[in-house]
Parts: sequence; structure tokens; C-alpha cells
Amino acid sequence: MIFLTRRATFSASHYYWIESWPAEKNERVFGKCANRNGHGHNYTLEVTVVGEPDPVTGFVVDLKWLKGVMESEVLAAYDHKHLNLDAPEFKRAIPTTENIAIGAWNRLEPVVNAAGGARLSRIRVYETPEIFAEYRGEA
Amino acid sequence: MKAYFGRRYMISASHRLHTPALTAEESRTAYGKCNNENGHGHNYFVEVLVGGAVGAEMGMVIDLVELDKKVRTEVLDRFDHANLNLDPLFADRVPTTENFCTAIFDLLRNSLPAGELEHVRVEETENNFFECSARG
Repeated sequence: MIFLTRRATFSASHYYWIESWPAEKNERVFGKCANRNGHGHNYTLEVTVVGEPDPVTGFVVDLKWLKGVMESEVLAAYDHKHLNLDAPEFKRAIPTTENIAIGAWNRLEPVVNAAGGARLSRIRVYETPEIFAEYRGEA
Repeated sequence: MKAYFGRRYMISASHRLHTPALTAEESRTAYGKCNNENGHGHNYFVEVLVGGAVGAEMGMVIDLVELDKKVRTEVLDRFDHANLNLDPLFADRVPTTENFCTAIFDLLRNSLPAGELEHVRVEETENNFFECSARG
């Protein structure tokens, strides 16, 4: 099995706020991230797929195809967007780095797996160079 | 739903690779430049990956402030701007980055809740790194 990773970047804004909590608690728990006017990051998205190289092409997946899928399924929804306001999955869950990794997985998995061959293995989302979250499709 | 949260830290430290198990000449051959008698140093990048359920309300695997605090107390305060050879953990093992990585993994595994630590990666330079994983 070969694991193949493609990277892309997107720029988005977000804030952390739980409606059922009083403002004071949101501000205490989430600190600067609770600012309701939002703030932004340059995120790096890493998509890892796993599979056997095709005996003819030697590819696990065609990287051009994977780039296109990442753009149409994830970047179109997240890049230059306000995650809380523009992406439906973050109406239900705060757009933490963890939930962004899960959101990207949920967007990519059906398309990657339906293509046959490689399967989606791991999503890693860097919020800054020092902070990232990973989702591997585990329950 | 299980997800993983990763954080990177930097440690500037010195070390010398040398073992009394070999003759001085053999240590020099085995470790090359890293055997320099007066030591040398690196900016090590330490990547800590913890796994757990994403809390339904907060959407987080771990409290970043708590993780930072544990890493600071257990690892950064101990090794940053220090000579690794003088740390008791390296009294009887060579501070290779393999052993440094294992030492950090053990310190954090003992201080974090059971099962939380997934892996520790230590990058000695931008071209080499070592990983110690809970998966063995």
C-alpha cells in the first residue's frame, strides 16, 4: 500500500461561540477566538489517500484529479469564506480545526471512494504552522 | 468521533553522541561529527499528537492551554537551553534523537490522561526526524 498526500491552502475566517453559553463564559473559554467579528487564518489542507499503484500508470491516484476534487469539494466551500456563516456544517458545530478536518473528510470521502482505487486515509488541517488537527475517519 | 490534535514546539539544546560501550576511536567512527568532544546543538522541533473524541459542544479534542502547560512543565522547562547529556535520563543512554524522542514520549505519556498521546515526532534538522508512536 502506498500513502499519497496532496497539499492545498485556503484562507478563511471564523469565530468560536456557543449560543447556549453566556457571553462571559464564551469569552473566558475561547479568549481571542470568541470575537464575534471573526478573525482569519491561512489554513493548509493535507489530503492523504491510500492504495496500490496502478500497474500501467504507476499512480495511486492521478494527482491532477485529486487537485480538482480538493478544489471542487473543499476549497470551493472554505476558501475566502467565513466558515461559521458560509459552510452549512458549521451551523451545527464550531469551526475548530478538529471540526474542519472532519468537515473536509465528509466532503471528500464519498467522491474519492466512489472513484475506485485509492481510499481516503487521512485529513490534516493546519491552522497555523504550529497547530493542526487530523481525522482518519474513525468513529 | 475520534480526531487528533497536533502542536509543534521548539527546543534548543546541545548534545554529544558518545558511548562508553565503545572505545573512543569506535565512538568517533560511529558518530562522526556528532562525537565532537565539546558537543554541538540543534533547534529541535517537537510535534505532539494527541487523540480523543471531539467534544460535541466545544468541537475540540483537548484544551490547547492545558496541553501547552503539560509540555512546558514536562519537556520544555527540562530540555530547552540545556545540555541533553547532563540530564539524568541520558546518564546511561546516548542522547540520539531516537532516544530523545522516546524520552519525551514517555514523559508525556505519563503526564497525559491514559491513551491520549498518539505520537511524538522530533525533528533534529529539517532533513531528519524521528517518531515514537503509541501504536508501537
